[in-house]
Amino acid sequence: MDGKKHWLEHPATQNFLIPILAVILSFAVGAIFILIVGQNPLEVYSILFSQTLGTSYGVGQLLFKTTPLIFAGLSVALCFRAGLFNIGAEGQLQMGAFVTALVGMYTFGVPAFLEVPLLILAGMVGGGVWGFIPGYLKAKTGAHEVINTIMLNFVAAALVSYFVTNVYNVPATVHTPPIAPTGRLSRFDTVFAGFAGSPVNFSILIALLAALFVWYYIDRTRYGYELRVVGLNPKAAEYGGISVSKNIILSMTIGGAIAGLVGTNFVMGYKYYFEEGFSTGTGFMGIAVALLGNNNPFGVILAALLFGMLEYGGLVINTMVPKELVSILQAIVIIFVISSNKIFRRILVNFLKKRTLSIND
Amino acid sequence: MLKGFSVVVFVVLIASGAFLFESCGKGQPSAAPNSEVGLVFDVGGRGDKSFNDAAYLGLQMAKDSLGMKYQYIEPSGGSDRESALRQLASQKSIGLIFGVGFIFTDDITNVAKDFPDKKFACIDYSYDSTKALPKNLIAIEFRENEGSFLVGAIAGLMTKTEKVGFIGGMESPLIRKFQAGYEAGVKYVNPKCKVLVAYAGVTGEAFKNPAKGKELALSQYSQGADIIYHASGVTGLGVFEAAREMKKYAIGVDMDQWNEAPGYVLTSMVKKGNVAVYDIIREWKDGKFNGGTAEIFGLRDDGVDFVYDKNNKPLIPESVYKQVDGLRNDIITGKIRVPTQ
Repeated sequence: MDGKKHWLEHPATQNFLIPILAVILSFAVGAIFILIVGQNPLEVYSILFSQTLGTSYGVGQLLFKTTPLIFAGLSVALCFRAGLFNIGAEGQLQMGAFVTALVGMYTFGVPAFLEVPLLILAGMVGGGVWGFIPGYLKAKTGAHEVINTIMLNFVAAALVSYFVTNVYNVPATVHTPPIAPTGRLSRFDTVFAGFAGSPVNFSILIALLAALFVWYYIDRTRYGYELRVVGLNPKAAEYGGISVSKNIILSMTIGGAIAGLVGTNFVMGYKYYFEEGFSTGTGFMGIAVALLGNNNPFGVILAALLFGMLEYGGLVINTMVPKELVSILQAIVIIFVISSNKIFRRILVNFLKKRTLSIND
Repeated sequence: MLKGFSVVVFVVLIASGAFLFESCGKGQPSAAPNSEVGLVFDVGGRGDKSFNDAAYLGLQMAKDSLGMKYQYIEPSGGSDRESALRQLASQKSIGLIFGVGFIFTDDITNVAKDFPDKKFACIDYSYDSTKALPKNLIAIEFRENEGSFLVGAIAGLMTKTEKVGFIGGMESPLIRKFQAGYEAGVKYVNPKCKVLVAYAGVTGEAFKNPAKGKELALSQYSQGADIIYHASGVTGLGVFEAAREMKKYAIGVDMDQWNEAPGYVLTSMVKKGNVAVYDIIREWKDGKFNGGTAEIFGLRDDGVDFVYDKNNKPLIPESVYKQVDGLRNDIITGKIRVPTQ
């Protein structure tokens, strides 16, 4: 055994094992709360799993919930790598989705092969502008991006709500008129009958492509290298001839553009209009998704899947436990997963150390 | 020495054992097909002491007197509404599904088409007579303007300052219907009386903002209004707080809201969501579900009314009550036509 690494010592094993341990542990803690409201945790969890993972409809719902979380998570992760804390994904995705719907409303008659890219671009522009503003302010004035992105979230929510209720309103609703039919993304159930009724659509492919792009951009291009250096040490970057302000603006803008793609899921793939309140904090969940995914694009996809399952699962078990408990359960999982990383790692390290000692004895 | 890690392993084993066990077990207890009722709440959810609670009361009435079992979901908005409707509709045991609130209009229409064997009903459905409703869907509408007319008449007869207030939640055709009826009622009995009007906002959030409600109410009271009628969901809780503080009157909405500020709630315009939910469950149980149309609940159908009971009798003079009761008959017989906008 000497000289050979214990299998638990491999970072890959640890990275995989620790989040899983955390999820399981958090479900155990959640069970206590379920017992308090007088339900059987096993029954609640079995419904949670069987109706999200056990049916193709449930999987469709889960994937539908996952898609916007991937976009938001990627947006936050990319900015993180540049040393920026993007709290503004919520506002960026609101603007992106709204601009997508707006352009879609006015471009009837454009053929699909132009309309679809046009609307995707519209979303990226809407979100991108909303990311550019705090990026520019940070680069030029040093104004902290956290404050500015939070403020821009309020501005986006108010702007969108004003336009939806007063200007582009379908009477007696809280949504805009529909987008051109050629701008619609097909739902999966038009191809795979098993997904019937679930709103999952081809925007999830756009999300996966976006993840691939972020990975390639960060890990394989010169721009990505600059971005990472700026994130690790801005002073060293500047010394090395890398423009810090350019990279701050660039990464916030790209981050915003990716968040703005959320509209492809809800507007182009599901309702075909923008609805006020369509996002219930997706942008903020994006922060948790990015952290859990270790700011790695592929980690983000996995984390988004977990959170997507929790979001849809919360709805599924709502017939058994009150809404408040669902929120508590979701929060417990997030807290455990994010904070347990260090604790579990320490336990593992201690375990391995003691083991080595005992072998050497 | 392996204590830390073995605890973790132990927990994992227990937990995974539990998961294995439960994945073998069968999910829900099976009930007879189409024997239960499902209901999806609006964003306000249960506990809004108004609209959603009225619907819940209807479910309980059906449980108590018809032995009806029910399940409900409180969605958080966005795509959850449709998902929740589908989830209930896809359960074999559930045969009738309610959506609570105008916001369900599009979603419930789509889901009703996908589940032709199930029945659906939607409170405050935005009914568009040019579009056909699915045959398995009932649009439940209320004549809120009629009830609001009566509480407006009470306010108009009882104001001492010749000024009364109206506070709406989200500015929308639905809430303007309350406002129009109220204003007409005030003016009908007291043409000189002024009506101050304020809305809490233009989004769904405007129904969930008690702080804003209080602010608006305090402003109207200080402008001289001595009675304020609110149609603003949870936002109205702030109106009652202002009424208590200023020792002025407020008028509740949707349910009897006396308990929000005992002694200061002059009356409440009750919109009997419970009557509608209960009536439709009973019709459905008796095989008389009449889908594809709007079912309208006005004064005549006991769908709307105002509260006059032992609590607020001391506040409202007998003569005022008699006069307003006369107006009620005039509306039912069609002598008075109450505007909707």
